[in-house]
Amino acid sequence: MMTLLYGLITGILFGFLLQKGQVLRYDKQIGALRLQDMTILKFMLSHIAVAMVGIYFLYDLGIVKLSLKPMILGGVVVGGLIFGIGWGLLGYCPGTSLGALGEGRVDALWGIGGMLVGAGIYAEAYPYMLKTVLTWGNYGKITLPQVLGLNHWIVIFFLIFLTVSLFKWFEKKGL
Amino acid sequence: MNKEGSWSPYFSGALSGVVAIGSVWFVGKYFGASTSFVKSAGLIEKMFSPERIAQMPYFIKEIPAIDWQWMFVFGIAIGAFVAAMTSGTFQIKAIPDMWEARFGKPTGPRAVVAFIGGIIAMFGVRLADGCPSGHGLAGVSQLAVSGFVALACFFIGGMISANLLYKGGAKK
Repeated sequence: MMTLLYGLITGILFGFLLQKGQVLRYDKQIGALRLQDMTILKFMLSHIAVAMVGIYFLYDLGIVKLSLKPMILGGVVVGGLIFGIGWGLLGYCPGTSLGALGEGRVDALWGIGGMLVGAGIYAEAYPYMLKTVLTWGNYGKITLPQVLGLNHWIVIFFLIFLTVSLFKWFEKKGL
Repeated sequence: MNKEGSWSPYFSGALSGVVAIGSVWFVGKYFGASTSFVKSAGLIEKMFSPERIAQMPYFIKEIPAIDWQWMFVFGIAIGAFVAAMTSGTFQIKAIPDMWEARFGKPTGPRAVVAFIGGIIAMFGVRLADGCPSGHGLAGVSQLAVSGFVALACFFIGGMISANLLYKGGAKK
């Protein structure tokens, strides 16, 4: 019960910030995909820069556990590309569709309906996917520092440097 | 805060990163959204054929029930509503501006494309085992290889379809 309440509170905070950052707008999402407006990328990369420092700091102290998704080439690459194609048509992702509805963008309802149908279709296809696409190139639960053989703080430092450089470039280009 | 009552995406994004750290620290939960659509679809189907749902491998893996993430996704709608109301940006709108500039006012085409887009997006996201929240934010924050690859594929796929959709139209 408490877990459900925490979920609700966390969602409210996240939804509030997504709306304040204008990330929920169709124009911002498609704007990023048409390389015209990088608002959603600014939000995502700022989130990641802060979260990765906090999570790995707590991880080093033994306070939190990681929850990694396996790197299955077939699933992640094929599924990722299929998702992208649908996202470019819908203009909302699963989380932002609910947020868009919250700020009155009722066209998100069509997308939410479509996504529920899509989830049902995937549930039917799952046994087949398990035997095919999901067997292609399973590298397990791996992290970038493991693959590179580097300490995670070196990787984090490098990624933050890259993020800040990208932000400077966005601002210079007015994206 | 600018004239539209919104915050810089850098600031709100960074703050949301703090929220994510708090969630992992105090509750042990990483952000994610798409599994909730599976659970909702399962809950709806269960009303019609409970025996069948009970036997389907995907619904055995993702048991249709209200859990932390479902409440999280539900909360996003509430949080967005509160933010929109308090900053005066709440607006009932059936057609996004960019869409209207390119395809006009009729709601039918937008409904059809959004619905089909939703089906394709959710099929892909479940195959990839995560969405821009689960793979993109939570995955990359943990430096998971799957997160980086998924995020790149999301944007590549999206750039293809969005640019095809708007091909030939006026810029913006």
